[in-house]
Amino acid sequence: MVEWSDFERTTISNIFASLDYKDVGPKALSRCLIVYPWTQRYFASFGNLYNAEAIKTNPNVAAHGVKVLHGLDQAVKNMDNIKATYAELSVKHSEQLHVDPDNFRLLADCLSITIAAKMGSNFTPAVQAAWQKFLAVVVSALSKQYH
Amino acid sequence: MLTPKDKKLILEVCTRVTPVAERIGADALNRLFVVFPGAKTYFSHLDISAGSAHLRSHGGKIVLAIAEAAQDIGKLNETLGPLQTLHAYQLRIDPGKFKLFSHCMLIALACYLLDEFTEEAHAAMDKYLSAFTAVLAEKYR
Repeated sequence: MVEWSDFERTTISNIFASLDYKDVGPKALSRCLIVYPWTQRYFASFGNLYNAEAIKTNPNVAAHGVKVLHGLDQAVKNMDNIKATYAELSVKHSEQLHVDPDNFRLLADCLSITIAAKMGSNFTPAVQAAWQKFLAVVVSALSKQYH
Repeated sequence: MLTPKDKKLILEVCTRVTPVAERIGADALNRLFVVFPGAKTYFSHLDISAGSAHLRSHGGKIVLAIAEAAQDIGKLNETLGPLQTLHAYQLRIDPGKFKLFSHCMLIALACYLLDEFTEEAHAAMDKYLSAFTAVLAEKYR
């Protein structure tokens, strides 16, 4: 089981409490598709992803970004049992979506950078550490059911 | 593969951060030590507490080296020769740490540049730092 300090719990809830999902979700996903273009392989049905401008304005990318970000809500609500919380979603990513779990880390890094650009100096090293620990636990849980 | 557009963006970012090299460098290093504490083992001979003079001067050195090499990316091998030797034979920092530092550098840039750290600039800097650190590790073995 993961041990969370009070600071870590507070930091994570605070970030999510003031999160603008409709802004951060699309930004994080499009950043991932632009910075790591091979991740586009999972989104062939999304239409025009030919260049950064197309990706940034693609409505399918935006909608999916919001969806993925809301997917983290379950982890925030169940911080003491993230592994079980994502068991089903992990199976889905493995058996149905066939996503290489290394990609979870790439998206997590892009999400961190998106949040950093929004929070500026409020994204202190201690906040960054708590945030990355949270994402690492989520990534590990999502990777757990791959066989 | 760095396109001409990437190189332009890299130069722009490096020009922006050169005047605040110590601030960005110290921030990136501090983040590295807080988020990835294993990296601290290489600095037992320095005072790397937040805000320390060592952190600022060392951070500044790193950022300036990154900015300088960006002036002529085609010549990375030449420019980084002495640093390659230093890291391979003296410092012997595990090259996995370069990746962690690069990540913290990108975060420090995002916190400083905010909206200016566009997706394109992020991609260009990530590619540049990957190339830079790959060259840096070349003499290791």
